[in-house]
Amino acid sequence: MTDYALLAGQLFNGVSVASILLLAALGLALSFGLMRVINMAHGEMLMVGGYLSFLTYRLAPARLGFGLALIAAFVGAAAFGALLELVLIRRLYGRPLDTLLATWGVSLALQQAARSIFGAIGVEVTAPKWLAGSFTVKGGLMAGFNLPYVRLFIIALAVFVLGGVWLFIQRTRLGLYVRAVHQDREMAEALGVNTGLVDLVIFALGTGVAGLAGSVLAFIAPVTPTVGQSYIVYAFLVVILGGLGSLLGTLLAAAVVGLFSAGAQIFTSVSFADVLLLMFVIGFIQFRPSGIFAARGRALEEG
Amino acid sequence: MKQCKLNGRLMVEQRKMKGVPGMAQVVGLAALVLAGVFAASGSADADDNVRVGVLHSLTGTMAISEVTVKNATLLAIDEINAAGGVMHKRIQPIVEDGASDPAMFAQKAQKLVQQDHVVTVFGGWTSASRKAMLPVFERFHGLLWYPVQFEGNECSAAIMYSGAQPNQQILPALDWAFQKNYKRIFLLGSDYVFPRTANLILKKHIQHDGGTVAGEEYVPLGGTDFSAVINKIKAAKPDAIFNTLNGDSNVSFFKQMAAADLPPSKLPVMSFSIAEQEAKAMGPSLVQGSYAAWNYFQSLDDPANKKFVAAYKEKFGADSSVDDPMAHGYLDVYEWAAAAAKAKSFDPNKVRRAAPTLGWEDLCIGKTKFAANQSLYQTAYVGESQPDGQFKILWQSQEPIRPEPYDALSFPGKKCVIK
Repeated sequence: MTDYALLAGQLFNGVSVASILLLAALGLALSFGLMRVINMAHGEMLMVGGYLSFLTYRLAPARLGFGLALIAAFVGAAAFGALLELVLIRRLYGRPLDTLLATWGVSLALQQAARSIFGAIGVEVTAPKWLAGSFTVKGGLMAGFNLPYVRLFIIALAVFVLGGVWLFIQRTRLGLYVRAVHQDREMAEALGVNTGLVDLVIFALGTGVAGLAGSVLAFIAPVTPTVGQSYIVYAFLVVILGGLGSLLGTLLAAAVVGLFSAGAQIFTSVSFADVLLLMFVIGFIQFRPSGIFAARGRALEEG
Repeated sequence: MKQCKLNGRLMVEQRKMKGVPGMAQVVGLAALVLAGVFAASGSADADDNVRVGVLHSLTGTMAISEVTVKNATLLAIDEINAAGGVMHKRIQPIVEDGASDPAMFAQKAQKLVQQDHVVTVFGGWTSASRKAMLPVFERFHGLLWYPVQFEGNECSAAIMYSGAQPNQQILPALDWAFQKNYKRIFLLGSDYVFPRTANLILKKHIQHDGGTVAGEEYVPLGGTDFSAVINKIKAAKPDAIFNTLNGDSNVSFFKQMAAADLPPSKLPVMSFSIAEQEAKAMGPSLVQGSYAAWNYFQSLDDPANKKFVAAYKEKFGADSSVDDPMAHGYLDVYEWAAAAAKAKSFDPNKVRRAAPTLGWEDLCIGKTKFAANQSLYQTAYVGESQPDGQFKILWQSQEPIRPEPYDALSFPGKKCVIK
């Protein structure tokens, strides 16, 4: 493997990690930005997505399993999120600390539920055959440069999801309401926007995306009751770095975090790269407390 | 530095204690009556029962591994009781939950020794839990039987170390790799004490024996991203990977290696924390063809082992599997019972001194015997992971290996002497 291939490999890994982070953090950014809800159970939505796709693979015929698993994970996690919003989040509106505590409780309850239903040891999910291989450059300057199909697929899915969410917010009626609520919740309400419905839709969309992330991450990571915990810290890191409630900010932050870790890992170990990353984010927040893009909505300034 | 000088003091106090077992019992009994528990008085020489503690994580992240060791320990206790007990006394296990929390292990160990007056305790898994319990057993003159392979570098009169020392698991695996002509070794581990110490020892021996350390990487416990590590592995072109990753990280590592077109069939991986239980949990197809080094495999062709496996399956289900720490948890009870019978006493101090004087015995893992340093002579095995989650034994050491808590190359001058 040449040095060029190593560098190109790390560049690709950076993009791959960024796409994973984007999928994990997007839902959090949506609900955090619009509703100021810090959803500690967001990681568990990834976990729910993983288990739902495991169940789908068990029940559905092999050929359809893959697509059905993605749908089941998205719809299932979204329905779960909607339920959570209706039963819990809605009732704690405007009480960020209480929401934090309540969703943390939900996170623990979900972990224990998964442990009780599926067992503590996790379940086996393997990528379908056509995703299992990889593309390797055989000769020349980049000999040894390797692109696993499953990582390419996750990048494509992240782009697709981001595009979908962007189109939804920019091009649909409901998206217009979302933008209105984001800019000024009370004024939007006064003009007849059903803010309760907007909150519900955004929260469910956010958890649905997390479920989708959980479904594809099962191909490269374990599906265990505690798997959500390994993503949640990075997801929050991305949301904070990107600026609350900014889609573009979330995208850029995911890219920065992914490329920064991949770059740092060329010179140092994974553990120390994590330390450097956290120091970088802390330093960045010192100079730009509201992240890469400060949210312009008034929702964040009041109270 | 922590040598076993404590021992002299330990024995003196033990003798002092001897005068007042009655007192201790009265206090214990009073506590029990207060709690409304109708139980025969706790300690050994009271009636027909002898109490022992079984202390493992029954909840939390470690429960997945430790519950099965607890099961194996209880199986041995049942078998001994069915055969008439120890010195005509029935063993009464008192099971406590360490809850995957070292502080809880220390607390429960103290409860078992002080309140329940157990004569010995079987338990522990992580080094952190062992280190937390150690002062308790030293202070209160208890004896802990520890069933898991570990990083060595510890030597206490209060612990019987039946799990492998580094020279009984890690170094034999290295010998095997060199025999197979795998000379460029990449060291990969989770970032905590066992992998760091194991790799420290491995590096010394790889260099000493004319091999090359192709790379050394650590990933935080529970880490899921191995993209950069795999890139470095590719650049380093090792002959084999020595893997001391723990828990779920292994799933991510093997999945991402397969995705990067480097399954175990292309690049050999020798794992030190993947046994039958883990292979089954991860999905055997994922680790198929990778190697593992242990001092026991369920597939061991040995009459005593077949009996053990059959008894375990009968009690805990036909599809349950058995692994190295479980086998050690099982044999520890037998060793303790034999040592107590030989010492004609349940006194921890007499038991621990009697244990190394017992003869060679095959309880399921091949011929074993405790050495004077309170660790176990045992055979090292290298196995290859099979599609059914079992391991095919490829190699074994010629004879049971003498346990060395301090590796001579890495920690010269340190010796474990227990009096």
